[in-house]
Amino acid sequence: MNSLLSIASIGAIPIAKWVNAFFTWLTGFAGFFNAITIFLNAVMNGIQWVFDIIPIWLFIAIILLGTWFLFRKTKHWGFMLFELLGFLLIWNQGYWRDMTQTLDLVLTTCLLIVIIGVPLGTWMAKSKIVETIVSPIMSFLQTMPAFVYLIPAVALFGIGQVPGVFASVIFSIPPIVNMTNLGIRQVPSEYLEVSESFGCTAWQKLFKVQFPLAKPTVMSGINQGIMLALSMVVIASMIGTLGLGEAVYFAVGRNDVGTGFAAGIAIVILAIVLDKISKGLGGANKTDAGSNE
Amino acid sequence: MTQNNSEKIKVNHITKIFGPHVKKAQELLSKGEDKAQILDETGSTVGVDNATFSIKNNEIFVIMGLSGSGKSTMLRMFNRLIDPTSGAIYLDGKDIMKFDKKQLLDLRRKKMSMVFQGLGLLPNRTILENAAFGLEVQDVKKEERDKKAHESLEMVGLHGYDDSYPGELSGGMQQRVGLARAIINDPDILLMDEAFSALDPLNRREMQNELLELQRKLHKTIIFISHDLNEALRVGDRIMMMHDGDVIQVDTPEDLLDHPKNEYVKKFIENVDRSKILTAYNVMVKPNTVNIDKDGPKLALRRMKEDQISSIFVVDSDNHFVGIVDADDANEMIDKNEKDLHTALKTDVPTTAPNTPIGDLFNAISKSPIPYAVVDDEKHLQGIILRSAVLDAMATKGADD
Repeated sequence: MNSLLSIASIGAIPIAKWVNAFFTWLTGFAGFFNAITIFLNAVMNGIQWVFDIIPIWLFIAIILLGTWFLFRKTKHWGFMLFELLGFLLIWNQGYWRDMTQTLDLVLTTCLLIVIIGVPLGTWMAKSKIVETIVSPIMSFLQTMPAFVYLIPAVALFGIGQVPGVFASVIFSIPPIVNMTNLGIRQVPSEYLEVSESFGCTAWQKLFKVQFPLAKPTVMSGINQGIMLALSMVVIASMIGTLGLGEAVYFAVGRNDVGTGFAAGIAIVILAIVLDKISKGLGGANKTDAGSNE
Repeated sequence: MTQNNSEKIKVNHITKIFGPHVKKAQELLSKGEDKAQILDETGSTVGVDNATFSIKNNEIFVIMGLSGSGKSTMLRMFNRLIDPTSGAIYLDGKDIMKFDKKQLLDLRRKKMSMVFQGLGLLPNRTILENAAFGLEVQDVKKEERDKKAHESLEMVGLHGYDDSYPGELSGGMQQRVGLARAIINDPDILLMDEAFSALDPLNRREMQNELLELQRKLHKTIIFISHDLNEALRVGDRIMMMHDGDVIQVDTPEDLLDHPKNEYVKKFIENVDRSKILTAYNVMVKPNTVNIDKDGPKLALRRMKEDQISSIFVVDSDNHFVGIVDADDANEMIDKNEKDLHTALKTDVPTTAPNTPIGDLFNAISKSPIPYAVVDDEKHLQGIILRSAVLDAMATKGADD
């Protein structure tokens, strides 16, 4: 009892104050964050411009064709039918542009987490020290409630698409970092010995042996990252990020169950399509053929 | 098989110690302390202890030993996958321990290739891509390396699997790919780490033959690791026995069997099936012959009488084996006053190669009424095998055990 009392008596540790001080300090680098904002805005506008310029029927056709090509060995006709009906439904409900905005957010996030996450995970795999430092940080990022990321996102990037991407990246980067690390570490040592015995340099070993063999694991990290990014779209709409999340958020505000559901279904359709396609890219196709002993 | 007996690799006082406190372990080792004791005191394991030997050009040099004998460690020091604690390895007179990074890469890319027990075929690459790996690492153009990989696969007898994946091939076929991958950059030296140990006996025998066949064509220096004495005796020109990190004996298969250096080697060779090791060459005897180009029936008869045999082996002036002549036929010729031995020549004589194992010949020889002729690739008569000689050889060798 005594010790409990004494803990209370020293007063609260000023965590909030410290974090605030840190972010106030960070906002001092306004130029830096502005540059990032401008750059990311340009990227996202570029992607959105492409989505807007393509006629809807052509967009659906491209997705279907891509799916057919990706799964040409396993022939997922049912899934392609689902894609067709799903996208037609989104179109029919008038959520097409919202859907493309959400897709824009997810793709940009995906791009960033791959660009940042894969090298970081590789570095972790190569260095015990980096792993010791980064691994707990990733666990921390993943368990922190996603809402919390909105606050610094607004503080650093204002409101709009870019803070949404920032929050999504923070929230969805851990799996890809961890899976890259795991994937590379899991490559059996005999393959490393083989590559060394044939005179591979460290880079050749990485690109010719370790990455290709770690690819399925890394891709499942990317798949998880995409799913997490999608789960951020509704949350990110609270800070002015456009897309399907915004529609859901408005429906919540107006207590409109029907609209909320309709937009929610559009998110589900997009999620299923992205999940399946990103898994397909991960070589689910190839292992089907490869395990044919 | 060994044409050039010059020294290819010289290993000089190589020691490898694994674990912490390497320096201290080294000191204790030089004081002659027991390896188990060193492990107790320092936590370090002595992998190889002061190994000194040399490997000749174009020979198959087998390093024999049970697991933990240090043979795999020794092999990995040739291409420095493992760096020795002390000592030097000279390749063509150059100390590879002094090689810088670039020289070392060059050594691994062009001079030495390794075949692994676990194969290590990359599962995400086709057979062709796997075989071409050594060239890809050297940035050889795709077209050229694919062509060479194809040739290399053909050479090891693997046709039509270029576009398959390793998982689709049997163990023996995969081992051929491993071999093709190793010979593609035409290295001087092949390092083979228990390359055939994972195969079933039939496949293993086939791959051993394949290796010997390949060696006849390519004349590499092959360092072959094995724990199987029969395999070592079959493929090895010389065998090095290792035990507990020590080199115990380096000898030809014959000498190893006839003069084991200590109890350990003796125990090791006790269980060997001798019929598999003794070849035709070991049991053949030099026959008395006649030269068909100049000798006549009278001389033939005379020699038969000398040796108390009923037929004689006939060769030409270049010692090419041509057949035999019977005493009866020779007598008939003398009666008819004929001089040319060709008229009485019998050519349907069973022949065999010098390296045929006796085990394979045993049945045939015991049934054959005339001795077997041992001839080499150029049909030179090397000797003959008498029925009694085979039985004798196997009986006396067996009695040694």
